Amino acid sequence: MANFIVLDNLRKSFGNIVAVNGISMTVDKGDILGFIGPNGSGKSTTMKMATGFLTPDMGTSHICGISMNKHPKEAKKLIGYLPEGAPAYGEMTTIGFLNFIADVRRLSGKERSLKISKAIDRAQIKHVLNQQIDTLSKGFKRRVGLSQAIMHEPKVLILDEPTDGLDPNQKHHVRQLITEISRDTAVIVSTHILEEVDAVCSGVILINKGNVVLNGSAKDLRSKLANHNAVNIKLRPENLENCKRLLLTLSSISKIEVHEETQHNVNLKVLPKENMIIITDVAKVIADNKLPISDISVDQVRLDDAFRKLTTNEIGISNE
Amino acid sequence: MNNIVIIAKREAKAYFSTPLAYIFISIFCGLTAAFTFYLGAFIERGQADLAPFFESHPWLLVLLVPSISMRLWAEERKTGSIELLMTLPITSLEAVIGKFIAAWLMIAVALILTFPIWVTINILGNPDNGVVISSYLGSWLLAGQFLAIGSALSAMTKNQVIAFVVSTAACFVFVMSGLETVTQALEGWMPSYILLAVDTMSSLDYFEEFTKGIIDARAIVFYITTIVFWLFINVVVINLKKAK
Repeated sequence: MANFIVLDNLRKSFGNIVAVNGISMTVDKGDILGFIGPNGSGKSTTMKMATGFLTPDMGTSHICGISMNKHPKEAKKLIGYLPEGAPAYGEMTTIGFLNFIADVRRLSGKERSLKISKAIDRAQIKHVLNQQIDTLSKGFKRRVGLSQAIMHEPKVLILDEPTDGLDPNQKHHVRQLITEISRDTAVIVSTHILEEVDAVCSGVILINKGNVVLNGSAKDLRSKLANHNAVNIKLRPENLENCKRLLLTLSSISKIEVHEETQHNVNLKVLPKENMIIITDVAKVIADNKLPISDISVDQVRLDDAFRKLTTNEIGISNE
Repeated sequence: MNNIVIIAKREAKAYFSTPLAYIFISIFCGLTAAFTFYLGAFIERGQADLAPFFESHPWLLVLLVPSISMRLWAEERKTGSIELLMTLPITSLEAVIGKFIAAWLMIAVALILTFPIWVTINILGNPDNGVVISSYLGSWLLAGQFLAIGSALSAMTKNQVIAFVVSTAACFVFVMSGLETVTQALEGWMPSYILLAVDTMSSLDYFEEFTKGIIDARAIVFYITTIVFWLFINVVVINLKKAK
């Protein structure tokens, strides 16, 4: 069975507020699903239902085919979970805490010491083993939480903002670790750092106000913006009209926008039809007509913009 | 190792790795001694028994047990560690019992460490040691009842101060309900079955049986059932409120 995580139509309300309104997803072994959405969109609530902390009002969560509702204890054995904020028992030392988790995970003998030391290595927390968790920095606390989640080498790993509070080096390391672990595991990573989606995730689900807005890949997310694959050209103002006229003869172009016009330079944004890749066509026109330009580049759509567009109405551009 | 044992072990370690256990035990021993010697006139009354010592217990426990129980669940909810605990393969019931046992054992340690007074009375005279043992048992059961009440109430809030105040008040009610002044005040305007209920729910009456050296099955059943009842409430409250 490859579908390690199957969430089906999960719903949860708190009083009158619908936090999660029918979210479904499946994550297979080897996949890393980026679970994104604005704060308060229902990410954490969904993860709490997936891990059995919250009982959904409707819908089911299955972990490797085991129903969280019917057999919570068995299902929870298969999950490693890092809750939001990486809560731990602050009065314990790191090693004391890991020993407690090893007890709960029923690890014993040689396997126990092996898995504990592997978790310590992977999370890079060797230097804080005898420190009280309360006295650790935010980054170390997060990594202690991570080591707890991965210790028993679970089939399903659910991480709620695992890189929050880490410095760029630590972030890089955690992403590498997640990628490494994902080979035999189904992983869900919630984040609001979109570079993470590009860096590690094989799929992405974007939710807003408790609803799935997009379920696909980072590429799909980008394509939701009209200026996806757009081409930026920089040239002198006297060549502007000529250039515009020539480019508009191309059938793959929807429109041309003029940005940042100064005395010496003007920037053109050439927008494609239906996200077509137009750089070759545009370059050919420029070369054939020997248009004097000073710069040309494909517009790098930032995921942030796509995110904002799909979760607010701030950026209204679309080609759909 | 059983989940209950794992939880109890972790909790017990937490008590003794922080000043909590040491402060609790010192204050309990100190206050019982103060009550016995100053208020109870232990020496002056010239009797070889521990009555003044045990008489102070219900009142001290009303104050001190909620100071232990207040953190049991309120702290877990406040720090969010409850989310970790409840997503491990551990049931709410196992967690509730494990935490309860650890706290109850710590109180047992505090009771045991009052042994110098028992040694003293044995040096000074010939007390009935059976009475002493049954009194200790009564004291421990009473503490268990207060602890179960406090644990359930602690699960209802994230605020430890609220948990403490409400638990103290609740335990106080259980002690007071047996006093004559309370039953007299209710007499006449309350239906008789309520009077009877209030009177039989009195933790103090059952405790006094133990201090007379009587280990009555009814008393043990009373304490055990109230403990089970409040721990059951505790589990229900955890399941309802854990995520709020």
